[in-house]
Amino acid sequence: MSNSNLVPVDQIAGLVLPALGDTIIMVGITMVVVVAAGVPIGALVHNTGRGGLFEQPVVHTLTGWIVSLGRSLPFLILMAAIIPFTRLVTGTNIGIAAAVVPMSVAGIAFFSRIVENALRGVPPEFSRVARAAGASRLQVIRTAQLAEALPSIVGGLTINTIAMIEYSAIAGTIGAGGIGYVAVTYGYQRFDTRVMLATIVILVVLVALVQFAGDRLARRLTPRLRFASRVSRDVPPARRSRVAA
Amino acid sequence: MRRLETLYRRRMIRIDQLSKVYEHGGTRSVVLDRLDFEVGPREIAAVVGKSGAGKSTLAQCVTLLERPTSGSVVVDGVDLTAASEKGLRTARRAIGTIFQSDGLFSRRTAAQNVALPLDYLGVTPAESKARVAELLDRVGLSDKADHYPHQLSGGQRQRAGVARALALRPRILLSDEATSGLDPESTRSILGLLRELRDDLDLSILLITHEMDAVREIADTVARLEVGRFTESGRVVDLLQDPTSRLGVDLQPHRASARAADGQEYLVVTYGRADVPTDWLVRASAELSAPLALLGAAVEVVDGVTVGTVTVGVVGDVERARRVLAELGLLPRGPVGAASAEPERGAAGSSASELIDTAPLDPTLEVVA
Repeated sequence: MSNSNLVPVDQIAGLVLPALGDTIIMVGITMVVVVAAGVPIGALVHNTGRGGLFEQPVVHTLTGWIVSLGRSLPFLILMAAIIPFTRLVTGTNIGIAAAVVPMSVAGIAFFSRIVENALRGVPPEFSRVARAAGASRLQVIRTAQLAEALPSIVGGLTINTIAMIEYSAIAGTIGAGGIGYVAVTYGYQRFDTRVMLATIVILVVLVALVQFAGDRLARRLTPRLRFASRVSRDVPPARRSRVAA
Repeated sequence: MRRLETLYRRRMIRIDQLSKVYEHGGTRSVVLDRLDFEVGPREIAAVVGKSGAGKSTLAQCVTLLERPTSGSVVVDGVDLTAASEKGLRTARRAIGTIFQSDGLFSRRTAAQNVALPLDYLGVTPAESKARVAELLDRVGLSDKADHYPHQLSGGQRQRAGVARALALRPRILLSDEATSGLDPESTRSILGLLRELRDDLDLSILLITHEMDAVREIADTVARLEVGRFTESGRVVDLLQDPTSRLGVDLQPHRASARAADGQEYLVVTYGRADVPTDWLVRASAELSAPLALLGAAVEVVDGVTVGTVTVGVVGDVERARRVLAELGLLPRGPVGAASAEPERGAAGSSASELIDTAPLDPTLEVVA
């Protein structure tokens, strides 16, 4: 109570909630870009690799390197390093628009690897099945790879979204706004513990909600989990006993 | 030109000098070595071989999922090896492939899985729905249309796989180890289904398997693939009736026989003709004026012909017993492997001794009660 700079309790909500809105907008726009670019890039890296639909070792190595480069830089450094590019795209280097660019770059690299990894988990036999059934390469990728990997991709998307919430807080420190900005300027620089606590609670709830929604969606997309209770009834006794033995 | 066409038509699948060579770094491995092979219309042709013999590579080369290094694959008159990627997609529709057990997409219901080839082709939903219903009915899965693969038994999953393979009305079915890993009852029912489909839809079937029982059950012809070469081939019945054929011997079930009494000698004979009298044991015993002892037998009817191998115990003149039995059509089993061709060049690493299995119906084996 000795600090006269503290935000009055009744104004905390007015400060934190619009910031939450900014964070959601930043992360939302970023994730749209990330999914739109990360899925094709992940599928490309996967299918140019050995045993892929279009084996291209050179393209595979090159895209793999670019993705790894994006993944290896700490976000703060990446953000600073691509400022010229950010300015070229958005015309500014502060604010939400400016934050979305480095967040998208980092997110795309992250998500490409998640998609590639998820596709690797799909039995290669599915691609053969689709090709034997007359599928074009794009149809193979869509139906035999991405569709089968969807629950796993959604799981990765959840992790990715949460990482982006974290990145948005880092972006906040360079004036992008959002929850991170409030936490740093009020909570950290002005020692306003109450604002700090409010941002923490909001971030925890936000992350928990994203995780909950992601888990639910992944489960809904997996028939084996969705109909778990029906399995025991439908599997014939002979099979069941073999499992038990 | 027309004559050439009809010539092609006579063979649904014709493989000429097909080779597949893998090169990794400095090593070069010949997986398929100049194979020639044909499947006629309405014929069920089997290719057998141990794992690693090149069976699955052959299966993938037939549909050009793997591009052969050299040679040609002509399916229903179309040379697949000369086709473009787009041409291949069209040509592949003439072949329905049934994969080993789990070729069903886990996030699609049985009906949606069966509809896949129709989706790829761009068939209208209404048309697709009608066709899928017809296919599921054909394989006896109508009541499981909305079940997901994990809710189906192995046999049911494979039935869905068969229905999917039939979706585009192919003229040829390629069964790549379709019954491997199924329980005996499901295996029998899938094989029965395949034969039924051949009869009803005039399909040719290429059966790639390591299960000799499946070959005896439905195949018309069989070829053995060993380290990339066909080492023996022929009509199943002919091979079963040939006591000197190693493949013929291997095709039969291996069963132990009883121990002979003192003074008896073992004689292993094979049903070598279609007209072996059913009462041959009595007739031969009468002729020899000494009863033959029945020590072991694996006899069945394949393609309407009784085939099999019998172990008898003989008292006295074994040579004479051999002659009497041969007259009745029961041929003594020759030295196993004598008639089979050695794998030719390119079959690196194979040795004849390694390939010969322990002789079936080994008389020294005791019957396990």
